[in-house]
Amino acid sequence: MNRYWKYVKPYLPAFIIGPILMIVEVIGEVVMPLLLSEIIDQGIIGGRGISYIITMGITMVITALVMMAGGVGGAYFAVKASSGFANDLRKDLFRKIQEFSFKNIDQYSTGSLITRLTNDITQVQNMLQMMLRLALRAPGMLIGALIMAFILNLKLALVIFNIIPLLALAIYFIMKLAFPRFKLMQQKLDALNTVTQENLINIRVVKSFVREGYEQDKFSQANRDLKESTINALKVVIFTMPAVMLAMNVTTLAVVWFGGKQVIVGSMSAGVLTAFVNYVAQILISLMFVSMIILNSSRAFASAKRIDEVLCTEIDLTDAYAANKDLTIQAGKVEFRNVYFKYYKNNEKWVLEDINLVIEPGETVGIIGSTGSGKSSLVQLIPRLYDVDRGEVLVDDVNVKDFSLYNLRSGVGIVLQKNVLFAGSIIENLKWGDEAADDNTVYQFAEIAQAHGFITSFNEGYGTELGQGGVNVSGGQKQRLCIARTLLKRPKVLILDDSTSAVDTATEAKIRAGFKNELPGTTKIIIAQRISSVIDADKIVVIDDGKIVGIGSHSELLQSCEAYTEIYYSQMDKKVTAS
Amino acid sequence: MSRLSEGRKEELLRRYGSDPENSFGGPGRIKAGKLKKRPGGFGGPGGFGGPGGPRGQGAIGGGKPKNAGATINRLLAYIGRDKVKLPVVFGFVLLSTLSSLGGSYLLRPIINNLVAEASLTVKLNNLLLGILLMAGIYSVGVICTYLQQKIMIGVSQNSLIRIREELFGKIQKLPLKYHDTHTHGDLMSRFTNDLESVGEMLNNTLPQIFSGVLTLVGTIILMFVTNWILAMVIVITVPLLFCAGGLIGKQSRKYYKAQQQALGAVNGYIEEMVTGQKVIKVFCHETRTVEEFQFLSDNLRQKQIKAQFFGGIMGPVMGNLSQISYSLSAAIGGILCLTANFDLGGLTIFTNYSRHFSRPIMELSMHMNVIFSALAGAERVFEVMDETPETADPTDVIAISAATNPVTGARMVKGEVTLKDVTFGYIPEKTILKKINVHAQPGQKIAFVGSTGAGKTTITNLINRFYEVESGQILIDWIDIKQIGKDSLRGNIAMVLQDTHLFSGTVRENIRYGRLDATDDEVVTAAKVAWAHSFIERLPQGYDTVLEGDGANLSQGERQLLNIARAAISKAPILILDEATSSVDTRTEKHIERGMDQLMKDRTTFVIAHRLSTVRNADQIIVLEHGEIIEQGTHEELLALRGRYYQLYTGAVELD
Repeated sequence: MNRYWKYVKPYLPAFIIGPILMIVEVIGEVVMPLLLSEIIDQGIIGGRGISYIITMGITMVITALVMMAGGVGGAYFAVKASSGFANDLRKDLFRKIQEFSFKNIDQYSTGSLITRLTNDITQVQNMLQMMLRLALRAPGMLIGALIMAFILNLKLALVIFNIIPLLALAIYFIMKLAFPRFKLMQQKLDALNTVTQENLINIRVVKSFVREGYEQDKFSQANRDLKESTINALKVVIFTMPAVMLAMNVTTLAVVWFGGKQVIVGSMSAGVLTAFVNYVAQILISLMFVSMIILNSSRAFASAKRIDEVLCTEIDLTDAYAANKDLTIQAGKVEFRNVYFKYYKNNEKWVLEDINLVIEPGETVGIIGSTGSGKSSLVQLIPRLYDVDRGEVLVDDVNVKDFSLYNLRSGVGIVLQKNVLFAGSIIENLKWGDEAADDNTVYQFAEIAQAHGFITSFNEGYGTELGQGGVNVSGGQKQRLCIARTLLKRPKVLILDDSTSAVDTATEAKIRAGFKNELPGTTKIIIAQRISSVIDADKIVVIDDGKIVGIGSHSELLQSCEAYTEIYYSQMDKKVTAS
Repeated sequence: MSRLSEGRKEELLRRYGSDPENSFGGPGRIKAGKLKKRPGGFGGPGGFGGPGGPRGQGAIGGGKPKNAGATINRLLAYIGRDKVKLPVVFGFVLLSTLSSLGGSYLLRPIINNLVAEASLTVKLNNLLLGILLMAGIYSVGVICTYLQQKIMIGVSQNSLIRIREELFGKIQKLPLKYHDTHTHGDLMSRFTNDLESVGEMLNNTLPQIFSGVLTLVGTIILMFVTNWILAMVIVITVPLLFCAGGLIGKQSRKYYKAQQQALGAVNGYIEEMVTGQKVIKVFCHETRTVEEFQFLSDNLRQKQIKAQFFGGIMGPVMGNLSQISYSLSAAIGGILCLTANFDLGGLTIFTNYSRHFSRPIMELSMHMNVIFSALAGAERVFEVMDETPETADPTDVIAISAATNPVTGARMVKGEVTLKDVTFGYIPEKTILKKINVHAQPGQKIAFVGSTGAGKTTITNLINRFYEVESGQILIDWIDIKQIGKDSLRGNIAMVLQDTHLFSGTVRENIRYGRLDATDDEVVTAAKVAWAHSFIERLPQGYDTVLEGDGANLSQGERQLLNIARAAISKAPILILDEATSSVDTRTEKHIERGMDQLMKDRTTFVIAHRLSTVRNADQIIVLEHGEIIEQGTHEELLALRGRYYQLYTGAVELD
């Protein structure tokens, strides 16, 4: 919780002034019945006359105006403080997520990160605002009214004082009973949403297997469960209002009885009794507010905890200890020395085992192997998207950990398997590779990626908007855009992770030719499923089950590497040789 | 300090800020699709997150209903049989309001009695009497409040269940076209956000509005009864109260709209950036992204301050305006006590009334907001319900079944499939298929190859009657499928699609989805056919392992194997495989081959694949280009042609 102080501090004045202004309102509310009793006791019964009453009246009006100013001001500061707090928290949370390593990102699902940035922050903000406005007001009113009651008439106050704990206890029990039921209700709601969402996403499967009836039954069940758990929870909560009413009424009756007797015998004035009746109402309503705050705050606390979790996450990949932060990649030589790697430290099995590999600057290297053999994991170690567990990865004979992340990732361009483009025009997306590139440079690299052609075929060309309200591109087109984007970085080491799977071979061949001709100095590492994609490489690396089982040219591997041969023949007809 | 240009700022707001009338989503990731979709919403499985998803300030309502009256009527219909309970509820509300008004009115004679000229014992007796009476009235009120709430919960929950059930049912019947052109996020939002506001309205608001109005009317009446002069004074302040409330409300709604837009921008940006987080890291775009987010977040704060301020001052302003009327009634009432014989008891209760006068007005205006957003939500829900469902089958439909899958009363078919001059396009301007002719004997394997957009998946959409052909016919055993009942048709076609679609539940349940009455042994057999048995056994609980949303705990290839197992278990005579093994590597695929052959035995199979190795042994290979068949024949025949197929096969092993 200390961490949250950081977000309070800049708005400390607002945090303090807000509640103070609220207290002004509270004081006013407590004082008002007192003034009324003065009117009754002094003005009417005491006989101080009309002028006194008018003076009192004016005092009351002024008090009311002051209260309004207090309330409005309090609201203003509460809003300022809570929105400022939430804004800073939100920005910090976002910044923290930007610092996340791939491993950190894998730890949390995308959906949960999004919820934490949106829903959870909103909960905390709402709670904070409510607290600033009510947290002082309700207890303040409670205490203020109690004090007044005691001052006015000790015996009567004791009456109230006896009933309050009982009511508080009742509310406590109600809440205690209600919490777990609400939690259950929430779970049922989640279950219902899951059933619904899955149904929507899988609608084709549902329709083709003719499972509409089955799905409807599933839904009805979840629906009924939700209804029952909701009623179960609400059943308890609806005792709250009657309980408060009962307490209020009993207290009023008691006050009127005991107070009335005192007035009859003359030991208390009628005006005081009037004030007392008012205070009873105030006290009990503030009790209810307090319980409401407590009920709502549990949800906010859960949210705060989730936010905290992310903020506390240790970033496991930094360049804080990099020895050569100014070093940039010049040649593009890549080397793996005795590298071992696994994603989950608790797993026994290595994803990559004893990897030794040298890639000379400017070489074209193909990496091939079956699904899950470790190809992507291997290349992701080069730009330090993940760190090795044992051994070293070196670029230009320097351990990758000694480069600054910025320089390393500027010099190593990787086109990931999962292609993501962002909302914006095509040229905006491409310029992610180089903000400062001029249009001609962009066209040049788009051409190498064989994207220029289809881009110019669109009506708006490079200005075509992608995304909402814009064009949707096919799988192959998207891949080529992603390649062009990475090419614009002019990386010294270019890695393509199965980035042409949706591109037909003729086009792919042109891309490879483009690389060969236009990017001779770039080290090219290409992961592919198809032998035809890597057959022209300077060398091919075959990975099986996390180990390198073959390095060499196509013909060499056909002779020496069993895994390679298997892959080759699974793709080719034995009779037709590849051209 | 910021490197963001003004132009870029505007663009961010424009691009991510959503229409506040709609749900709270922003642009989603770009999905490569054959149909034009409206991206947006809350993302796929696991991306949903929490009940209700990312919501804005839920406290104040969102959106204005277009036709409140009609919507209200329709909503009331859902209360259905519980309608008889409504008068009872309102009766209770009436009683409890009367009791609290009455109880408080009783204070007047009680207090007057205390200061009257009478003997001690008389006063004491009267006091006792008064208290007992109050006690009686109060108990009635308490009991009525409890009962009214209890009944209302039942009524509102029952109505909610009905609406939910109906909405879900209607969605099931919607044609696939609707699903292909609307995002899940949008539909989900109606289920959650919109129904939630309707629920809130039904649960709390209705009785509270009634009691609020009653209290207000009752209080005014009592005020007049107590002292009409004072009442006049107070009543004059009422327009002032309404005016203030209206002004504040108007400002609040105006800034609320701006706030929602800013919120939509923030949420949309978050969704896109967090989903594409890895790309951001690869391009070292973090700094830029943080800067842009800071701009959007600060923008939200500015709009929030204004919106929430006006929302927040409603209470203090209204409450303290009534304090002013309290003061007025105290002063003027006091004067009347001195001059016009106004009794003390009356003064006490009158001041009480005037003090609490504004509360019902304030509550009513707050409730108004809830009602507005509930009605707007209800309208969105009804919008979906009113969509045209899939055309129902005419009464004279034929049911079909196969020998493997006999159904009493259905016509036996062998699975001979014919496409005759089939022409179709998803949108009128763009024809995807042009006069396609295909004939498959029962048990044959027909392969479709061709580039993206050539029409291959479209054919499967048509065979299943997800979409209807524009012209031409599709026949099964020479029966036009338009004459076959849709359920019967689809029950006899098993599909394996490229996107895996698994459900939460155990592995066993997912496989069994293909045929609900399959035995456990049959499940294992199907898994073996799909080469899935070994990896399933290696899972923590084997077949009883629970899969999280769409099988997130399995690899893509493993998910597809389950997909195949699901089709294997069904006994449908016609099988459609659309890129069924695209995520499985070629070596594993070889292992599956035997199983796939088993799968296709005795079934008429349509295969769409990029990997030509899968289609080599097809009885017929059909090469599609731009919606037309350009080559047709066996593998050997087509190779001999030295045409497009030859090019694709020798130069390539996969296709665009």
